[in-house]
Amino acid sequence: MSHDNPSHASPDPSAVGDHESVYDGLLGGDPSQWAFGTATYEPQGEDPLAGVDTTVPDGVDAAALAAYCLMLGDDALVMSHRLSEWCSRAPDLEDDIALANIALDLLGQARLLLARAAAADPGVVPVLPEDSPVPDEDALAYFREAAEFRNVRLVEVPHGDFAHVVCRLLLFTVARLEVFTRLARSLDPVLAAVAAKGVKELTYHRDYAGRWCVTLAQGTEESRRRLLAALEVLWPLGAELVAPTDVESRMAEAGVGVDPAAVADAVDGVLDLVLAESELERPADRPLGGVNGRTGRDGLHSEALGLVLAEMQVVARAHPAGRW
Amino acid sequence: MTRAEWPLYEVFVRGKRGLNHVHVGSLHAADDEMAVRHARDVYTRRNEGVSIWVVRADAITASSPDEKDPLFAPSGDKVYRHPTFYAIPDDVPHM
Repeated sequence: MSHDNPSHASPDPSAVGDHESVYDGLLGGDPSQWAFGTATYEPQGEDPLAGVDTTVPDGVDAAALAAYCLMLGDDALVMSHRLSEWCSRAPDLEDDIALANIALDLLGQARLLLARAAAADPGVVPVLPEDSPVPDEDALAYFREAAEFRNVRLVEVPHGDFAHVVCRLLLFTVARLEVFTRLARSLDPVLAAVAAKGVKELTYHRDYAGRWCVTLAQGTEESRRRLLAALEVLWPLGAELVAPTDVESRMAEAGVGVDPAAVADAVDGVLDLVLAESELERPADRPLGGVNGRTGRDGLHSEALGLVLAEMQVVARAHPAGRW
Repeated sequence: MTRAEWPLYEVFVRGKRGLNHVHVGSLHAADDEMAVRHARDVYTRRNEGVSIWVVRADAITASSPDEKDPLFAPSGDKVYRHPTFYAIPDDVPHM
């Protein structure tokens, strides 16, 4: 500050110092553009794992690692899409934004995990025309058929009401947070980094779902009735999140993945806490069966996933050489 | 069926480089804890904040527009109250 600054003699009341607005300086100091935030724009094709060593650790089966990443990535991708369908439909503007935020966090996790799958084993990436600018993680998201998706069926089933999305989110995030907490110590540095970032996000998602579960359960007779109905429908689908597949067991043995069966007790413990706080009985455990032993992780899905993918993929598939 | 409105809250956020909490807007929430979380979701999603205050709007006592002249006009011609007639050393921040 210099004394001969003419503005000093007659201070401009509209001029504010750099500590006057939390939005100042978010975009290189251009105050008209604070709304763009500090996130850096990445053009299409930019590798989300740029600068990261994606070498598969010694002794780890690359194909199994890719399959494992598809499981975790597809869970996040389909759940993200389901949550994004709530846009403009939530009971209040504030929860509309909350659900959209959660959807975006999960989309980010999906992107990193699908990119990791492609880097570990390029063989999993659908083949597109040579001139296609579609990056690998987008090819995996938009150009696979339902039977190639490895997500649990919990994330694909059709919507219900707000209690339904709270319940689905609770079952999903409680299990995923337990897995990611342990995955942060993965021998694969990429998975470890993705998990460490995800833990912070999932902790908030779980908090959101848990609080709403208690609120709805202890709210009105109607909100409790709706929550109970959602629990009844979704509880049998939660079991798939902690049922290990061969791929997950092998990745856990290799120190790269997390055996979902190993987190089952922790998941139960957290769910029991939320249920107790909600003064709800724990529903009977009667896991939704598979077909000939096959479930979502094996590519065995309900019809709902086909409909989700039809909407999610239609534009990308219509323009396989499109630039976005 | 009429729908009960959640109470209105005013939201104050302190930015990364900020020294004080600044009013950024308002929102509806069922209770104080939910208001903090809603504020996080609505007002800090572009990396704006490191701390949030919320307060129920009906807990704020505000000056009335009718009192504008008696409250504020008398200070309008007292430029000598601004601490601008001093040389401020370069190493004094936040002035």
